[in-house]
Amino acid sequence: MSPRPSNMRTPLGRVRGHGSAKSGTEDFIRQRLTAIANIPLTIAAVLIVISLIGRNHAAVVQILGSTPVAIVMVLFIISIFYHMRIGMQAIIEDYVHEERAKYALLILNTFFAIAAGFSSIYAILKLSFGV
Amino acid sequence: MAEAKVPAERPLSPHLTIYRPVLSMMMSIVHRITGAALYIGTLLLVWWLLAAVSGPGAYAVFQSAAASFFGRIVLFGYTWALIHHMLGGIRYLIWDTGRGFGAAEREWLLRANLVGSILLTIILWVVGGYLMGGLR
Repeated sequence: MSPRPSNMRTPLGRVRGHGSAKSGTEDFIRQRLTAIANIPLTIAAVLIVISLIGRNHAAVVQILGSTPVAIVMVLFIISIFYHMRIGMQAIIEDYVHEERAKYALLILNTFFAIAAGFSSIYAILKLSFGV
Repeated sequence: MAEAKVPAERPLSPHLTIYRPVLSMMMSIVHRITGAALYIGTLLLVWWLLAAVSGPGAYAVFQSAAASFFGRIVLFGYTWALIHHMLGGIRYLIWDTGRGFGAAEREWLLRANLVGSILLTIILWVVGGYLMGGLR
């Protein structure tokens, strides 16, 4: 009769998620995934912005709200805000070692990325739906 | 055994200050700085979009700020940071595949990153400023 295990968790299960970064490779992979997406989306967004800078408000509203432009801009915003949240998290983890300050900044980082990203998406959708 | 107790003379946590600056290291630092600057710079993107959705008055305020001398300097720097970070990102994606680590290729990639970012920024501003009507 084998000895009864003190709990049901495997040794791997007990240590998983407890490294110094508190997570595995998902941020590394998502940083590169969004980096790849950022390349065509940023080129498209820069071309859109350049084509709009000399125009008046009515033209900007019409073009930004047009379906292809709005879709590209929303995809661009999702990708860059996800990417920059990961990047700023890496910066905070590298330089801020005091636990309370670190977690406060990590929380603010996520809040900022979500708030700025959703504000941008809201603006584009509102222009696009014309309400 | 006694020698093992003597504290090491070398720095135990070597950091930037003890290394001779080389191009790859400087470009790595600039990549991080431009990334952080772009993070703050997204506020301009949010401002632009919210101004557009708020109406002609709010949009005119954004336009006059963007077209001011200070606004142009910030936007020029924003453009350069964006292009530099994007080209630097492409360089890291190439390095992620294990290619481009030879001494000559490595230096070429770094110089192409730096020179390319400056040239592309100027080209974009010439196209935007003179061919597309520029900031008004």
